[in-house]
Amino acid sequence: MEMHVPDDIRQFILQFTPVLAIMTGLVVIVGKWMAHLFTSPTHHVLERGTYRILGVDPAENMSWKRYGAALLLSNAAMMMLGYLILRLQRHLPGDPLERASQTPDLAFNTAASFITNTNWQSYSGEASLSNFSQMAVITFLMSVSAATGVAAAGGFTRGLSRMGSSGIGSYWVDFTRVLYRLLLPLCFIMAIVYVWQGIPQTLDADVIVTTLEGSRQRIILGPVASFETIKHIGTNGGGFFGVNAAHPFENPTPLTNTLHMLGMLLIPSALTCAFGSMIKRPPQGWFFFGAFLAMFLGFLTLIYSAERAGNPLLAPLGVDQNPGAWQGGGNMEGKELRFGVIQSSLFAAVTTAATTGSVDSMHASYTPLGGLALLGQMMLNNVFGGDGVGLINLVAYAILTVFLAGMMIGRTPEFLGRKVEAREMKYVMLAVLAHPFSILGFTAIACLAPSSADSLANMGPHGFSEILYAYVSGTANNGSAFAGLGADTPFFNTTIGLSMLIGRYFTLLPMIAVAGVMASKKNAPESPGTLATATPLFTALLISVILLSGGLTFLPALALGPIVEHLLMLAGRPF
Amino acid sequence: MKNVEATSASPATSIISGMTRPVLMSAAFFMVVTGILYPLATTATAQLLFRRPAQGNLIAKDGQLVGSRLIGQYFTQPQYFHGRPSATSGPNPDDRSRMIDQPYNAAASTASNQGVLSRKLLAAVAERARIYREQNGLAPDAQVPVDAVTASASGLDPHISRANARLQTIRVAAARGMPEQEVAALVERNTTQRQFGILGEPAVHVLELNLALDDAVAARPAAQ
Repeated sequence: MEMHVPDDIRQFILQFTPVLAIMTGLVVIVGKWMAHLFTSPTHHVLERGTYRILGVDPAENMSWKRYGAALLLSNAAMMMLGYLILRLQRHLPGDPLERASQTPDLAFNTAASFITNTNWQSYSGEASLSNFSQMAVITFLMSVSAATGVAAAGGFTRGLSRMGSSGIGSYWVDFTRVLYRLLLPLCFIMAIVYVWQGIPQTLDADVIVTTLEGSRQRIILGPVASFETIKHIGTNGGGFFGVNAAHPFENPTPLTNTLHMLGMLLIPSALTCAFGSMIKRPPQGWFFFGAFLAMFLGFLTLIYSAERAGNPLLAPLGVDQNPGAWQGGGNMEGKELRFGVIQSSLFAAVTTAATTGSVDSMHASYTPLGGLALLGQMMLNNVFGGDGVGLINLVAYAILTVFLAGMMIGRTPEFLGRKVEAREMKYVMLAVLAHPFSILGFTAIACLAPSSADSLANMGPHGFSEILYAYVSGTANNGSAFAGLGADTPFFNTTIGLSMLIGRYFTLLPMIAVAGVMASKKNAPESPGTLATATPLFTALLISVILLSGGLTFLPALALGPIVEHLLMLAGRPF
Repeated sequence: MKNVEATSASPATSIISGMTRPVLMSAAFFMVVTGILYPLATTATAQLLFRRPAQGNLIAKDGQLVGSRLIGQYFTQPQYFHGRPSATSGPNPDDRSRMIDQPYNAAASTASNQGVLSRKLLAAVAERARIYREQNGLAPDAQVPVDAVTASASGLDPHISRANARLQTIRVAAARGMPEQEVAALVERNTTQRQFGILGEPAVHVLELNLALDDAVAARPAAQ
């Protein structure tokens, strides 16, 4: 039987297959490397110097409480430093464009956003930040927040790999090694490739040109390449420029678009392999990878098919959206031509899966079902997920699945050879519930606040989606936006800032506690009644628990936003 | 061995004992490493290896900077190919506290952010389609390529689709008194195919095409 595949769908498959293939290949290499850096006993010379400067003992075996405290307090100090520089920006020398300091609520929002790896931006980069702030606040916080997440995943996994131990390792060692052995070398090399492709890297602030038609065009420049690499490899996502990776200087070619995507997926996907290797059960890592991948492919297909179909309301206006030899077609409002709907849909799927928040097209202008899939991935928060936290969230759901299965068959649940008991289940539930609590709670408050309507760019269900998207993005530490929302108000800056802090630390810290408790337990020998977790059956069960709990929690909110919008679109009812 | 003593102290103090210095130092020290040393080392290397792209791929003509290869420009005159609609704005030159539409403002990239059901979006698209048909001598009900009537994500999109360029070719040729085939050939020459034959979409580079058109006109009297 011959099956006819339309040419543009074949193009889509051709463009995303290499990304998945290269990602999978890198999972092995980078996963092994990360497992090594988390377990190697040798400290390199630069690292030893760093420990001396910090004044820490690299051999210390921290309890989970001490590990969590070091993470939380150092993050707090870094956030404060970033806040101070943003507040003082106007008084620091070196900016020929003399950009103003940020207001207190905006600087709080920005510092909270970047230390939590969210990168939500209530400001527009080129208009608000000097090159010094772009480096010493934004690039700095992007680097350390990514290192924090990956380090936490290392400490967490080490805890799960131990039995009868009082500690889970040194936070300072994990953090320093992630920066020195993984993030900085990768980012440096990638930045040079980026410059070759056309991303600027200069300390000049701007250049003024005279266009062919004789008008003046001021072009903003800066150290963009070093920013782009840590932004993607660190699953950060904040833009140097207002339109983020849609800006030709942030993302000049389809190759940089593809490298951005590979950068975002690199660490979240490879951590599955590092996890399997560290707990000495490599198949477990691959089954977790499979769970990530299966969910991702489902969402990707939904996004692409919705965007490819275009906007039915434009057809009566005589707009040709059909793909063909002369144009890519599709829903092109808020998309760049060099990417078209294929690279844009792929990028949108990757950025909301890996909770990066970088965008190469404007999510606000996506079709309702495309927007629903973007929201859905962030609501689940573990379709790959951000650097470190994606894996941690998935393990939280794996423990929950083991627990539910244990209830069904009436046995004490076990995970990785340890009994799962009441204390760690409480921590897991805290981590799992903090997420919807923050999203739905803040969305409800914002909908009731009378000032919110003034911030909306779109009315009707899309206006509701703008608010919902903001708190989903903040809590999931994604950072992308339905950017129609005018979020630079004291109310939104404060509440979105709080949602980012809750979303970050109320999932990270309880799971570090789980790792600490699990590390202290004795081995519970496996019996025929033990539910094996490295099997296709368990993986399917895990995915259904994620989809069911996510679906039941968020379906009402989605029904009020994108689902109603989709029905209105089919009925041809504009707002 | 302070640490040993510390862990045997009361739980509240042992959790954070001895942590003041590492917490404060980690903020200051890693700010210098990741926020200053890393971007500066990258800048130095990039400037050494790839100076032109590191400075923004600027194009000079007759000793004057006329644009960046990557940043789109606003074209309105009939003898130039026009880029995609742009949603950027800028301060009014007469009253700087007010913002007005300023397409292709490379100091304030932005998109419309309108949803598919937005009346503003539909009205804007209808108006752009009307003007596009009028400018290019198309029938009032002629189909127009979607990229010609929708705003790009950056407001600075340097490209248009081949379908869009094809429909503008007659107007540009007429305005310049050039044969259509010659203009069409320049369009082909300034079209980039999918990168490595796979990635992205074929795209016509508007600024480079318009520069090539100006060069062709300038070269003609000499050739005759």
